Amino acid sequence: MLKSLKHRGPDSTGYALYGKPHGKELVIRFKVAEQDEMSKGFAIHRQVKERRSEVERRLTELGAKITEEAEATEYAFRLRIAYDGDRRRLADYIEDVDGAEILSIGHGLELIKDLGDADRVAEQYSLRGFVGTHAIGHTRMATESDVDIRSAHPYWAYPFADVAVVHNGQLTNYWNGRRALERRGHRFVSNCDSELIAVYLADRMAQGATLEQAMKSSIEELDGVFTYLVATADSLGMAKDVMAAKPMVLYESDRFIALASEEVAIRSVFPHEIDTFDPYEGEVRVWRN
Amino acid sequence: MAVTTKATELGMHTEQLAGRTQQRFFRPEEEQRFTYPQAFEVDFKKRAEFDAAALTPSEVNLKLRELMRQGFGSIVLKNPGAKHSLAVGILNRLNLTIEGSLGYFGCGLIDGPNIRIKGRVGWSCAENMLAGTVVIEKNAGSTFGAAMRGGDLVCKGDVGARIGIDMKGGTIIVGGRAGAFCGFMMQRGRMVILGDAGKNLGDSMYDGTIYVGGKIAGLGVDAVPAEMTDLDVQWLERKLKLYGLAAPRGAKNMQKISAGRQLWNYDNLEPAEKKLIL
Repeated sequence: MLKSLKHRGPDSTGYALYGKPHGKELVIRFKVAEQDEMSKGFAIHRQVKERRSEVERRLTELGAKITEEAEATEYAFRLRIAYDGDRRRLADYIEDVDGAEILSIGHGLELIKDLGDADRVAEQYSLRGFVGTHAIGHTRMATESDVDIRSAHPYWAYPFADVAVVHNGQLTNYWNGRRALERRGHRFVSNCDSELIAVYLADRMAQGATLEQAMKSSIEELDGVFTYLVATADSLGMAKDVMAAKPMVLYESDRFIALASEEVAIRSVFPHEIDTFDPYEGEVRVWRN
Repeated sequence: MAVTTKATELGMHTEQLAGRTQQRFFRPEEEQRFTYPQAFEVDFKKRAEFDAAALTPSEVNLKLRELMRQGFGSIVLKNPGAKHSLAVGILNRLNLTIEGSLGYFGCGLIDGPNIRIKGRVGWSCAENMLAGTVVIEKNAGSTFGAAMRGGDLVCKGDVGARIGIDMKGGTIIVGGRAGAFCGFMMQRGRMVILGDAGKNLGDSMYDGTIYVGGKIAGLGVDAVPAEMTDLDVQWLERKLKLYGLAAPRGAKNMQKISAGRQLWNYDNLEPAEKKLIL
């Protein structure tokens, strides 16, 4: 689907994939450098190794047991850990390592994003064999922030497990919303308004709201034009602002849910005749696995 | 006088604009000569079909043009795959059947063809349509028929938001429901929504008429309820029948919305409207 949306922006591509959880173990996807840093000088290759070692040392220091590890690229890694301590403390401690950024922590969620189109990123991170229940993805044309992994979608809702968001639109009360969430102790890795949605929803859910309740309140409290998708360990949701200013096409059957900014993406996986439609203004829908 | 009365009842106006553009291009007696010098002579009995699966949008549109140049008046386009900007800029008589769905901007800037789409259409279908008919069997996205000037644009299913935005003529018919801001800044023409209409219906409309068969979530600024007349009912029944549609509770029970005319107002009859009342 993302391949067929390449024309929307080939700058970066991201996937939030939901695999089968291994009990209470967590999967951490993190990077210790930006892709373009890898071509700047000889020192970076040594620094990347040192940073990765430091991350693993800190995980061990906090009592996390690494049960599986994989090097997705020279600068991005996947670890499976057994850890039942404070997730925020763990995330903060890892991101304190120079250059380290956690892309996701989750029981099922694995967030992969990098520069290039869908084919390139899928190839680079060997995603073709991934087996899971649901996923959201994004192809990006950089408009208001840099072309780097940090600014690519999807966004994980730091430090909440398994919450990821992709978004099309602009939030006009981004800074107000961000400051309010920062005052509540949340941190943002980027200046991208899409990240605000992820943190906002996770914050509401942490306060006891259901995903659907959190999404409905986002329609009231987030200002601007937006359509977004959110995924959690067992749910997939979509929301559209009250102006319905950003597109979304939906296909729903007994077995599949497919949503995309353009129908051409849905047709790429369902070439036979199907019925699709546009959700309406202010609409929130949630599907549970 | 009779003309004036009918025009008023239908929500039209007969005031003549002084602008040279209007006088030059929209005199009724000139209408029959509204063909383009580069238009192709086609034979509706000459039929062709082609598969668009492996073609780019440009290649599809060039293929349509080539077939028209060869005189094919009935063309079937298969497997459009929801690609964008298909069947655009057709300034010709043509019977075109599209077996599948279109992406954004399908059938834009057309003047004359009769197009039947068996699937769904994405955003901005038939934008700036000038004449002809476009009939969609399934649903349609937002900004359906934006800025259209003439012809009939029919969606038998549901449509998204902002349909007929900046509409300047023609008729839009929706078999199902429609989203918010439909008819925003509408300047002329008619919109028929057989199902429910979203909020801000007809916001800032200057002129034109909107008929709704279901519930209206809310009217926009300067959009006001108007009285249904026998002429409205006759017109609706005749028009809907053409496309195999009917108002769920009968045409006479539809709600009619027109401009309160507190905002900027201008008027003149278009040729098709004059033909209707003459």
